[in-house]
Amino acid sequence: MKSDPARRRPELTHEEALELYYYLRLNRSLDELLVRLFRQNKIVGGLYGSLGQEATSVGTAYALAKGDWIAPLIRNVGSLLVRGYRPRDIMTQYMARVTSPTQGKDGTCHFGDLKTHHVVAPISMLGDLIPVMTGVAMAGRYLGQKIVAMTWIGDGGTSTGAFHEGMNLAAVQRAPLVVVVENNQWAYSTPVNRQAPLHDFADRGRAYGIASYTVDGNDLVAVLRIAREAVERARQGHGPVLIEAKTMRMLGHAQHDPAEYVPREMFEYWKARDPLSLYGKYLDQRNLWNEKEKAAIHARIERELAADLEFAENSPFPPPELAEQGVYCQGCHDIKAEWRRAKEDLMPPKSSVKPEWTIKNFGAMETEAAVAADHAEQPDAAMEPAVAHPGQTARKRKIAAPAPRRARR
Amino acid sequence: MAPVTYLDAIRQALLEEMDRDPAVLLIGEDIGVYGGAFKATAGLLERFGWERVIDTPISETAIVGAAVGMSYLGLRPVAEMQFIDFIACAFNQITNFVAKSHYRWGAPVPIVIRGPAGGGVHGSAFHSANPEMYFVHTPGLKVIYPATAYDAKGLLKSAIRDNNPVLFFEHKFLYRRIKEELPQGDYTVPIGQAIVRRPGRDLTIVTYAAMVHASLEAAEQLAREGIEAEVVDLRTLLPLDRETIIESVRRTSKLLVVHEDTRTGGIAGEIAALVTDSAFDDLDGPIRRVTSLDTPVPFSPPLEEHFLPNAARIAEAARDLARY
Repeated sequence: MKSDPARRRPELTHEEALELYYYLRLNRSLDELLVRLFRQNKIVGGLYGSLGQEATSVGTAYALAKGDWIAPLIRNVGSLLVRGYRPRDIMTQYMARVTSPTQGKDGTCHFGDLKTHHVVAPISMLGDLIPVMTGVAMAGRYLGQKIVAMTWIGDGGTSTGAFHEGMNLAAVQRAPLVVVVENNQWAYSTPVNRQAPLHDFADRGRAYGIASYTVDGNDLVAVLRIAREAVERARQGHGPVLIEAKTMRMLGHAQHDPAEYVPREMFEYWKARDPLSLYGKYLDQRNLWNEKEKAAIHARIERELAADLEFAENSPFPPPELAEQGVYCQGCHDIKAEWRRAKEDLMPPKSSVKPEWTIKNFGAMETEAAVAADHAEQPDAAMEPAVAHPGQTARKRKIAAPAPRRARR
Repeated sequence: MAPVTYLDAIRQALLEEMDRDPAVLLIGEDIGVYGGAFKATAGLLERFGWERVIDTPISETAIVGAAVGMSYLGLRPVAEMQFIDFIACAFNQITNFVAKSHYRWGAPVPIVIRGPAGGGVHGSAFHSANPEMYFVHTPGLKVIYPATAYDAKGLLKSAIRDNNPVLFFEHKFLYRRIKEELPQGDYTVPIGQAIVRRPGRDLTIVTYAAMVHASLEAAEQLAREGIEAEVVDLRTLLPLDRETIIESVRRTSKLLVVHEDTRTGGIAGEIAALVTDSAFDDLDGPIRRVTSLDTPVPFSPPLEEHFLPNAARIAEAARDLARY
């Protein structure tokens, strides 16, 4: 690639450095508060923590621009905070109050909003978000918006059929999609080596012919660096990107689960690599903050969480009859397509084409080197919308992963 | 104006809606260059281009999922299942993601999932199914199954303009077998409204899709015998037009439900419960049903003919009921 966005700019500005710490610490503190609420019996149903995975959630979401879209999973509290949701939203969801984003219709981080936050709510059936976010990415391109869609999936979730269908469609469509595979070592009680016999889940990207990265998911700065590069790639029209973030779920699947199946030394190994401590050290070593700033952030978080908790605890439960409402959208739809290109291009006569495939280079036996050379020759070829490319060469289809960079520690 | 087939009515609806609104686009397998397995989308790629007629890999879950994502940005995608049997491959995406989206978190999903359904064409177990009841049992969806070219066009237009996810079943036996003159210009048929296809005083036959035609044929025969059957075409299965059903049964006092779907768990059971609940005192006989057998759709013509309801069986059941 001609330009490396990570090199063009300083790694982190002072403001960014502090803001990232704020989100990381807020994610951790909110989680700790939720555990307390769970023990006080104030949470309805299960509590799914993000302990140990905060850097991945915060770092990846932080790489996005304002108009971009995300679809988090339940552990991506950090991503929701970065995208503008407040702790009270998550608290009221877990406490099943009418003031929650879903008014008590659903719990946990199962919420979203199409208009302001551009967040697609997760569902429990893993993998379904990948094709949905592929559609978001395709629609953004169709409308001429330069947006990127990002979603997360666990190591376990990559075993689903929906994951495969979604990744493959995104790949052939070269959709501006970034998929973050959070390899947190455990899917409920099943270890990662029982999901797939892969050392790196980034290898899955190779199978789809897309760029992929492996990154230390506990290193916030490394995550952000790779995520920015991936988002930029996708935004430039180079197709979807898969990022594998190696991290660790530092607790059970949910609060009821003591995770006795996890070897103690594994927890110890990862505890020494706690994302919050790692990032604190990074800030210390580079003199990116001082004690006063650190204390101010902690005080702010304490203040905000106290206020939000008060709000949540004073919020009523929903009225029972709300259960009957909202099955259908009746007169409620006000999502207008935001066109950033001329609609005429999509209407006849301009839209009219010769309905036949043009397949170049068929039968050609090509080497990987030739593919790489081809890509080096025309780095911007992929910027044209892939959907308009019935004549896409066999070459580009074969292996479109142009030298994926691995950031491995 | 030349008469228009059921299939062409569908194609016209797609074309006119795409002409009306660039937010309408198509996604599915072999719908572009090939124009669809039944040619329902023939010529649309030529007219609207690669971005609006999207050929996908063999991935029903991804087709539906991508349609959902597109709808979240204000587009109006119409997804094709090459045969409706394959909708089972997208079952989770539809029943868990699509149907619950608005209820759970207020995100409407204005998409249409359409495809050829039904038997009678010797398609065997994987190209003949009537899987509508899986979805009628799923709150949040709308389910349409038209019987005429006029309705197919008008209801498909309504489905595309509706703000909810609509499953649009097309009976492939009817594709090229029925045709009628269609009005010039734009028209729609409202979702959720049944229609009385033939008035009658002696009994009510509630049915939909291809069985509307078998029931009308049976009603002709019955009329020659002095039995006047009223034939109600449901058109929309969800939400169900309860009023039209109840109102008809109140007049005729007898109800026969006919569907090509298999018997157990078919919509006849739901309608029977509805009528005993709301019009029990008006009934002068048991509620009867004529349906397919509780088996997979068999292949060989004599087997399939044995499996499917037909006009003779409908007439026989109606005669029996009229005499009750």
